[in-house]
Amino acid sequence: MAKIGVFVCHCGENIAGKIDCKQLTAAMEQHPGVAVAFDYKYFCADPGQESVKKAIRDNNLTGVVMAACSPRMHEATFRKACAEAGLNPYLCEIANIREQCSWVHTDGEQATQKAVEITRSMVEKVKLNNNLQPIEVPVTRKALVIGGGIAGIQAALDIANAGREVVLVEREASLGGHMSQLSETFPTLDCSQCIMTPRMVEAAQHPKIKVLTYAEVESVDGYIGNFKVKVRMKSRFVDMHTCTGCGDCIIKCPIKKIPSEFDCAIGKRTAIYTPFAQAVPNTPVIDKANCTYFKTGKCKICAKICELNAINFDMQDEIIDFEIGAIVVATGFQVQDNSVYGEYGYGKYKDVINGLQFERFASASGPTAGKILRPSDGKEPETVVFIQCAGSRDAAKGVRYCSKICCMYTAKHAMLYAHKVHTGKAHIFYMDIRAAGKGYDEFTRRGIEEDETSYLRGRVSKVWEENGKLMVRGVDTLLGKPVVIAADMVVLATAMVPQPDAKDFAKVIGIGYDEYGFYNEAHLKLRPVESSTAGIFLAGACQSPKDIPDSVSQASAAASKVLALFSKEKLEREPVVATNNEATCAGCWGCVLACPYNAIDRKDIVDRSGKLIKRVASVNPGLCQGCGTCVTFCRSHSLDLAGFTEKQIFAEVMGL
Amino acid sequence: MSEPFEPKIVAFVCTYCTYAGADLAGTSRLKYAPNVRIIRLPCTGRISPMFILKALQKGADGVLVSGCHPGDCHFNHGNYHARRRWTVFRSLLEFTGIPQDRVKFSWISAAEGSKFAELINSVTEDFRKLGPFDQYKKLIKETETAATF
Repeated sequence: MAKIGVFVCHCGENIAGKIDCKQLTAAMEQHPGVAVAFDYKYFCADPGQESVKKAIRDNNLTGVVMAACSPRMHEATFRKACAEAGLNPYLCEIANIREQCSWVHTDGEQATQKAVEITRSMVEKVKLNNNLQPIEVPVTRKALVIGGGIAGIQAALDIANAGREVVLVEREASLGGHMSQLSETFPTLDCSQCIMTPRMVEAAQHPKIKVLTYAEVESVDGYIGNFKVKVRMKSRFVDMHTCTGCGDCIIKCPIKKIPSEFDCAIGKRTAIYTPFAQAVPNTPVIDKANCTYFKTGKCKICAKICELNAINFDMQDEIIDFEIGAIVVATGFQVQDNSVYGEYGYGKYKDVINGLQFERFASASGPTAGKILRPSDGKEPETVVFIQCAGSRDAAKGVRYCSKICCMYTAKHAMLYAHKVHTGKAHIFYMDIRAAGKGYDEFTRRGIEEDETSYLRGRVSKVWEENGKLMVRGVDTLLGKPVVIAADMVVLATAMVPQPDAKDFAKVIGIGYDEYGFYNEAHLKLRPVESSTAGIFLAGACQSPKDIPDSVSQASAAASKVLALFSKEKLEREPVVATNNEATCAGCWGCVLACPYNAIDRKDIVDRSGKLIKRVASVNPGLCQGCGTCVTFCRSHSLDLAGFTEKQIFAEVMGL
Repeated sequence: MSEPFEPKIVAFVCTYCTYAGADLAGTSRLKYAPNVRIIRLPCTGRISPMFILKALQKGADGVLVSGCHPGDCHFNHGNYHARRRWTVFRSLLEFTGIPQDRVKFSWISAAEGSKFAELINSVTEDFRKLGPFDQYKKLIKETETAATF
């Protein structure tokens, strides 16, 4: 016989202000199976919880319904209180009469009627609730960090410094990411390479970090604490153990005119190459698509020159398996392709470049050794126009969001240009100057006041070539006048966009993404570094546009989440998992096809002599995440979902 | 007619997106019609067509099914299963004589509190226009009468 306790919370005035709690309590007292019902001002407060515990003990309750706020708010609180009173916590259910009733309706009478129905329906469900025990799963204390830019390196170092093993996977031939491409960084103007390369080396030499470059995550299976990851080591054609990184092969390679990805096509590279001089590791890779040997079967100059015989043209891709407990995704961003802006002439005029290309010009290790030169004729530009929001905040051709870093790096570019070309003049077309951050506004002011950057508030409508100059027509909205500037170089502050394969990769690892392809956090404000999938965390610009300090902060936050997870040997999981009635299961395997987690196995049922009687579905509670898709698929109604059984849901519907 | 008809609507929603969206509507103190009763499930993939039929049989004038946007399912693709099932179920509804417009399907994310409130208002209005759903009751009555012969 069910003995249900119904506890109606006023939540101060939040519920009681709209719903007649006395009337609700009275209605519940009359409901069959309800042994006790009373209301109270705040059940989440200590005295409230105590009164619930007392009621459970005094009445030997078999179930509890809290008519209160959303279960997302206090389900855990009340279940804990029930457990303390000796009642299985899964015999407690919440009737959400605040978020989904008192707060959203204007008419008190209607709201009260709705609250009665919601609570009644929950009472009917609770009558059919079962004792459940949390599921314990072991934790593999090894982390996978995907992406070897500043965010990935920071997360890997933080986890490794706490004594846990890390596998750091980077798909390019070297660690470093975008940060290693930058010249100086705002707001301090310290050299990016100088602060980045020590981090790269530290990660590579760390005894707890296994760095895999030129490698990609092929698949991720499993669940929090127990992921199974396959990593594809792309063939470099150079043996990492024998190669000393002397670079002779690079010097002798006859194919020298390949646009360098690292230098944003401003510089050139060879077919056997390291992305940049300070690459970590320093082992070159052979670019199969451009290598003469791979194209014609002849050449092998690099192999002949290599004294250590490190070059192996027969090298194959290798798949390595890892058991992983937690994953940090730090896959970074790309810059938008500016050729969509025909009016700016990117791709048409050589001297229209994007911000990342400007970084390579300004970088001391770049193809011009830090000199700002026009790509067309190699001359120093006398006037440079910077166009901000080239893609950002533009629903028509670009992206709707603000890329966040462009105001700052454009201010920095103008400053670097002024420092390198003393007679030069920098003009910036801007929509707003967004310089929120420590030392950021001071930085842009410094550009204006000390380095005489001219800021023009307005958009550019057209860039065209005339007598060897780039004519930039825009508007100065503060003066209310159109302006035309004859420039030698135009730099577009290009929008930051997700990696082109970000959405596909999200599907490989099983996390959510937004309309653009940035990865979704579990909660925008309160859980900003966790993905919606338990055990997978986010760091850096793969989540949204971020600058270096933000990326580093988030990486450290993600690392601390990973370490919290690794602080326990076992994890407790909600026992909401599918169960199977083997007696009625016909082995149609519809559930196996439906299950997103491969949690359903085929199990042999044999008689005493070992003869196979039948094969049935068997749910692995460690893998099952409790979505219940298989239950709905089950034709013989053999499968059911603990906590959300067929009977419970029908009872809920009947109770309404 | 003195009073407008107030439909009774049962909503089957997933806990990760639409339920959270409904909570957000509450936290944002948005106002919407009080006609909807929410049944929380882990995922739209859990929703059996039987639940919908049971709700209609039990006197609901309309049913709403809502989950995460395609691609956003917490359980990777439970909502795709739900969508596929819905496509098949729709023709079954038609076959059994239950008008398709008694069941609505939508996607509401955890961030779309205002969309949830708008949706509830619009489906309430739709069901109000359709009037009480009594085909099912008539059907039951007919079969019962037939059985007595």
